[in-house]
Amino acid sequence: MSVYFLCLVLFSVGLYCILRKRNLIKIIIGIVIIEYAVHLFFILVGYRMNGRVPIHSPDQTVLDMVDPLPQALVLTAIVIGLAVTAMIAAIAMRVYEKYGTFDITKIRKLKG
Amino acid sequence: MAKNQEGMTLIVKTITRLTVGLILLFGIYIVTHGHISPGGGFAGGAIIALSFIHIMLAFGKEVTFKKMNQSVMSFFESVGAIMFITFAILGIGSGYFFLNFMLKGKPFKLFSSGLIPLYNLAICLKVGAGLFIIFVILVLLKTPKKGGEK
Amino acid sequence: MTNNILPLFIAIPLAATFLNSLIGKKVRFLSDLLSAVATFCLAYLSIYSIFLLKHSGVLVYKVGGWAPPIGISMVLDGLTSFMLVTVNLVAFLISIYSIDYMKKYTEKWIFYCLFLLMVAGMNGVIISGDVFNLYVFLEIAAVASYALVAFGTEHEELEASFKYAVMGAVASSFILLGIAFLYSISSTLNMADMSMELAKRGASPIVLLVSVFFLMGFGLKSALVPFHAWLPDAHPSAPAPISAMLSGVLIKSLGVYAMVRMFFSVLGITPQVSGAFMMLGALSMMVGVCLALGQWDLKRLLAYHSISQIGYVILGIGLGTPLGVLGGLFHLFNHSIFKSLLFLNSGAVEYAASTRDLQKMGGLKEKMPVTSGTSLIASLSIAGIPPFNGFWSKLIIIIACIQAGHFVYGLWAVLASILTLSSFMKVQRYAFLGELKEKLKDIKEVPFFMKFSMVMLAVICLIGGVLLLPVFFNDFLKVAQDTILAGQNYAGIVFESIK
Repeated sequence: MSVYFLCLVLFSVGLYCILRKRNLIKIIIGIVIIEYAVHLFFILVGYRMNGRVPIHSPDQTVLDMVDPLPQALVLTAIVIGLAVTAMIAAIAMRVYEKYGTFDITKIRKLKG
Repeated sequence: MAKNQEGMTLIVKTITRLTVGLILLFGIYIVTHGHISPGGGFAGGAIIALSFIHIMLAFGKEVTFKKMNQSVMSFFESVGAIMFITFAILGIGSGYFFLNFMLKGKPFKLFSSGLIPLYNLAICLKVGAGLFIIFVILVLLKTPKKGGEK
Repeated sequence: MTNNILPLFIAIPLAATFLNSLIGKKVRFLSDLLSAVATFCLAYLSIYSIFLLKHSGVLVYKVGGWAPPIGISMVLDGLTSFMLVTVNLVAFLISIYSIDYMKKYTEKWIFYCLFLLMVAGMNGVIISGDVFNLYVFLEIAAVASYALVAFGTEHEELEASFKYAVMGAVASSFILLGIAFLYSISSTLNMADMSMELAKRGASPIVLLVSVFFLMGFGLKSALVPFHAWLPDAHPSAPAPISAMLSGVLIKSLGVYAMVRMFFSVLGITPQVSGAFMMLGALSMMVGVCLALGQWDLKRLLAYHSISQIGYVILGIGLGTPLGVLGGLFHLFNHSIFKSLLFLNSGAVEYAASTRDLQKMGGLKEKMPVTSGTSLIASLSIAGIPPFNGFWSKLIIIIACIQAGHFVYGLWAVLASILTLSSFMKVQRYAFLGELKEKLKDIKEVPFFMKFSMVMLAVICLIGGVLLLPVFFNDFLKVAQDTILAGQNYAGIVFESIK
């Protein structure tokens, strides 16, 4: 039970990072921490007591494995997170090229 | 960026020459045994992309671009994706989308389970080429291309 | 063959995307042709799916031959075919428009690749019958839209795209967290199976927590009011066909449709959730219109009006009565048509006069008759003047509010409608009527493909009211309304169609 709570604490750390930091790169790191927290939570949901690794091999029976479905889903979610991070990092680099700074209080051309 | 023009020191270059072939071979092993042991297309593709990025970090971009050009990688990426969607649509001809319609030999052998090794190969091409192109674009920001490919 | 059209909605745009990235840069007109042909096929198939639904009832497609709940399934029911027609028809007309408009930008093949990827993602969200599949396609469409907003790579576009991408990534994480909680209590990911398990279990604190997460996540994607801050920056900065696509279909397919599907069919609607919908809808209506009154940038004004009109849709659907749900759905369809038309008009004005500021324009009516005529039709539609299609849907929503006893919400809807009318009279007076300014003396009308799209959308605006006649109503709107009102019986309907 405390393990799930710690995952949510990690989520709040990432959320704090997005909300309060002023550097663009630190905001990107905050997004990555949030994604890690959610993936970790999803895998922990699939844990069974005294389970073993869910790999099928010819000399072991298909009994008491941990749940393999969240592991397959988190693999997909990691790929999605990679695509989003690469996209945001490329946009951040172009913002630096145009504005000359990484500080978000100075990147404020759109108002109103 | 000036350091990248000449590459890194002699020790790094020697070790790279020794190990990059092994990294590539390990990546190919993980892709082809995707249906027997953990790994498969995405993990193997990431390792293969890493071997090319290793050459680029150690030797600089001119040497790498002589071996593996950016447009050739883009071609591989599109070919991988088209292979994947073609196999999926061919399944419609014999029943359902994504149907596994090839022979499915005995389990745990290398040539078994129908179409899955071919899907692994298509994903490996796409992911490997894609990750390499993402790295190249993030490092060389001199041409006015649009931000980041997927 | 008839059973196999469902995966074609995803397979055709994906195949067109990758063919485009392989050979689109070599031959000049190939990317335009490929994209136009692909979206035309999709529009035709989506209209065919209405007839398919009438002929054989709810259709469940097992991907790869694996039966649910083990395998992934794709479901075609009333709400699905309604959304498919909305999305694909607008996508086809916008694809024709961008043949001429995107000549200003370089690298047209990249635009078409991303555009078709976004259409594939939206179609995937609509026909998916599995919760995680919905999340994957939602991410595909969202990442393609982050790239499209930043397409011109000017200062403002990059800043707007960064803000949109960060907020969108946080919203997607909330949605994934909600899916993780749902998996932990129902141990299945198929929507029909999950809705059966949740109906057996009844109300519990976890379902309330998941409702809040989904309201935050999907609410940000559909720009409800506390979560709307990305929209006034992102929609004006994109190129005009992409603004039309984002405002016209993306916030509806990714936001409103996904929210309606998860809340009505899977989680089960409770009075608290209904009340939250109505409150957020009314708040969006007022805040959107009030903030739009002070805008002088044409596209930013249209973006604020998008927030307000989505408030109408959510208010209608949140009422829960049959008439309210009908009004909300009809307004969703109408808004796609007239908001896309308004953004395409602003794109035409920008193409000809290269400005977006209302105070610098004037008297464009003499030089651009087609643009100003269609803009007049769209402005009257959005303000709710009879006999255009906006009038019918707003009338149904207001009558439904009063019938259900919520007089205050009905009054707010009428007030927002009056303010919308005044805002669009300002647009018409400053942009099209009045004196032609000096430096705009030699502008011309826009090229043929742009005119074609705008005229087609205006025609649909004019005759949109006929969708309420019984001959069209039963196949198109009524099946969607019945699907929403069936609520958690979704599971029973789907399982009966599998056997």
